[in-house]
Amino acid sequence: MNLDSKVPSGPLEDKWSKHLNDIQLVSPNNKRNHDIIVVGTGLAGGSAAASLAELGYNVKSFCIQDSARRAHSIAAQGGINAAKNYPNDGDTIWRLFYDTIKGGDYRSRESNTYRLAQISNEIIDQAVAQGVPFAREYGGLLANRSFGGAQVSRTFYARGQTGQQLLLGAYQSMMRQVHKDKIEMHTRHEMLDLVVIDGKARGIVTRDLVSGEIERWMADAVVLASGGYGNAFYLSTNAKNSNVTAAWRCHKRGAGFANPCYVQIHPTCIPVSGDYQSKLTLMSESLRNDGRVWVPEEKDDDRHPNDIPEDERYYYLEEKYPAFGNLVPRDVASRNAKIVCDEGMGVGPTGRAVYLDFRDAIEREGRQTISEKYGNLFEMYENITGDNPYEEPMRIFPAVHYTMGGLWVDYNLQSNIPGLFVAGEANFSDHGANRLGASALMQGLSDGYFIIPYTVGNYIAQQDFGDVSKDHEAFDEAAANAQGQIDKLFEVDGDRSVVDFHRELGQIMWDKVGISRSEEGLKEAIKQIQELREEFWNNVRVPGEQSNYNKYLEFAGRVADFLELGELMAKDALHRDESAGCHLREEHQSEEGEALRNDEEYSYVAAWEFQGVNGELNEELHKEDLEFDFVELKQRSYK
Amino acid sequence: MADTFTIHLKVWRQAGPNKPGKLVDYTVDNVNSHMSFLEMLDVLNEQIIAKGEEEPIEFDYDCREGICGSCNLMINGRAHGPKAMTCSCQLHMRNYSDGDTITVEPFRAKAFPVIKDLVVDRSAFDRIIESGGYVSVKTGSAPDANSIPVDKSVADTAFDYATCIGCGACVAACPNSSASLFTGAKLAHLNRLPQGEPERKKRTVAMVEQMEEEGFGDCSNYAECEAVCPKGISISAIAEMRRDYMKATFAGEEV
Repeated sequence: MNLDSKVPSGPLEDKWSKHLNDIQLVSPNNKRNHDIIVVGTGLAGGSAAASLAELGYNVKSFCIQDSARRAHSIAAQGGINAAKNYPNDGDTIWRLFYDTIKGGDYRSRESNTYRLAQISNEIIDQAVAQGVPFAREYGGLLANRSFGGAQVSRTFYARGQTGQQLLLGAYQSMMRQVHKDKIEMHTRHEMLDLVVIDGKARGIVTRDLVSGEIERWMADAVVLASGGYGNAFYLSTNAKNSNVTAAWRCHKRGAGFANPCYVQIHPTCIPVSGDYQSKLTLMSESLRNDGRVWVPEEKDDDRHPNDIPEDERYYYLEEKYPAFGNLVPRDVASRNAKIVCDEGMGVGPTGRAVYLDFRDAIEREGRQTISEKYGNLFEMYENITGDNPYEEPMRIFPAVHYTMGGLWVDYNLQSNIPGLFVAGEANFSDHGANRLGASALMQGLSDGYFIIPYTVGNYIAQQDFGDVSKDHEAFDEAAANAQGQIDKLFEVDGDRSVVDFHRELGQIMWDKVGISRSEEGLKEAIKQIQELREEFWNNVRVPGEQSNYNKYLEFAGRVADFLELGELMAKDALHRDESAGCHLREEHQSEEGEALRNDEEYSYVAAWEFQGVNGELNEELHKEDLEFDFVELKQRSYK
Repeated sequence: MADTFTIHLKVWRQAGPNKPGKLVDYTVDNVNSHMSFLEMLDVLNEQIIAKGEEEPIEFDYDCREGICGSCNLMINGRAHGPKAMTCSCQLHMRNYSDGDTITVEPFRAKAFPVIKDLVVDRSAFDRIIESGGYVSVKTGSAPDANSIPVDKSVADTAFDYATCIGCGACVAACPNSSASLFTGAKLAHLNRLPQGEPERKKRTVAMVEQMEEEGFGDCSNYAECEAVCPKGISISAIAEMRRDYMKATFAGEEV
């Protein structure tokens, strides 16, 4: 596997502009001769499809939802970062870059992260021009707020629905191109395989989720923007339909899967209430700007939170991390919540929750101000739990949220399969071992609006695509492969439901590949996942028919993939014998529970090459060494 | 702690677009007051799958956080059920009592054909946006964001209208199956911002005409749409849409 990162030489600040000068262009009258497939219509896929179509390429867009507007980016709440320095508090591109590198625990690629910070400013301009209704100051200019892991206010927001508004901006740009016949939109279509011809990605195979038809689509390049794989844990903040299938099938066709064990656990979710539960709901991290996190000092204190006096409350983040307080990064906040709960100070019926308290903020700023900032989040919390956060503290607990791992890509966001580009959460590149708040939206849009359109063009300009049609044997093979798996799922005709398998996988993942992991636990997890996968293929029951709308058939295919990916996540976590960001190995932590990295041995990207599944998942490890030429690797400290 | 109780359901079952449909009775035991309405249907589907006698009930959903707009149930004749400002996925069973009988149907409108059971085709909404629901700005051609100041109250109001999640409850609730609240909300968002001003007339005419072409009815001010809208979007949007449409068409200018 070739892991050439293709990072341009020269100073960090000049790499992207130098690269733009160097890349080859496709002339305007030739662009219309090239088809590009974009899978996924979230922030990365939607913005990429719109921008590529504006340039003149013929775009074929695919999503599993009934409308491109429903991609899961819609649910992102808090905000999007940019180094505009509008608040005049000393922000710079360098500082945004540095915070992101540090926040990711020095496990991301320097050059990609710097470019992300550079492009951030253009994203805000683009979104505002589209009519995205960001929060404003009274003078009419844009408002900012701060987010975990940063000491400046660089987050732009649209109340608690920033993701929704940014996604609608991208969606509307897409629909404009649909109207111009530059985007051919295929909703309710799921990508089931990648077609590789002469070593290049040349198309995909999809299933029409309404008719069940297996279809073939050809193009000169494929852009995968299919999101993350957090649903491997069953319970997560991901939408129910978020899945790894498109990315995993590319992996099985040869695309490297990088850092699969890097999963972000978000500290501020509504705690689990019962085993019927289908997903977890995130409360925006922005709440930590004004909410104070605490637990009772006494173990098993079952008093009502409002009856616990000030001096019997343990504000553990403020005490342990005075410089950042409640605004420590997500991995630190999550791990500390687990620690206090493990010590018996957790609250609520399960003891697996901590308080997020707005009492002081309401006293200081008034209920009206707090309501203007967070009103919709408070309503959502009350609706779900039945409790009123204006009157008593919220109860929160960490939950699986975002996956930093994904398909390996180079500086052009191209995977190791030429012609297969990967954008947004589906790639691995920018967040290292932990993602700072408000930077997922930034990366999705940076990739889609401002990187993919140039780098895909550069690729197309240099290729001779030859005479290939959808009758090519590679298309036949991929279509037969997709159909074969569906047939096989129905043939099992077992006793256990797909959801039941998924739930059991999720429990293994959460217990042993979750907030903290150990060698022993990971080895157990690998064995349990293998056994569960074996049982799945002998005992799963898929109801209904294949030539019709059939949600449980869709799930069955996705759970089958999660049962393979889960093993890879555990294997990756096992091989990485250090703690990094969200990946905490119990064997490597300080006395205070801080992650202890091992830069000497593990300062690399782990990219796995699929070798087959036969009882166990066979994968070969390849390493891309991470070089830090511009920042000094330091132990992270938020004290 | 949560109570456990029993719920009776009458669920619309329809094998396909051109197949006859009917209400089928089900009973769900062990309903927990913390469950969402959709989780209760998940539990029912697990029961149906375990029995293996019929196919599970198909319904649309995704985020289960009340923001993606996928879920679309008519619950006891009301779009998204009895609670104001709530999607079906955020309707919790604590709003029901032991022994209740609940009727569950799809959003019905000529422009929303049934795909299967409770799943309908809402692509007409996409085509309304396609006809003009955007600001025509190419990637990379935007000026600095703060070069376009927007009065805070204007931005806040635009945001209120921009929160539409495109679920279609407004259409389902309307006796005329009008999409005026959906269309009006997008127009009220973009038409009041300086960025949306240049295309205001063109956008308004195109979207209104597309809405009619899709087979949605006209608005006759029942305001049922506002009552069921999970995002609380005001029917003022419809008044604005009409005023802008009149201005654009009576002006006699080329739009």
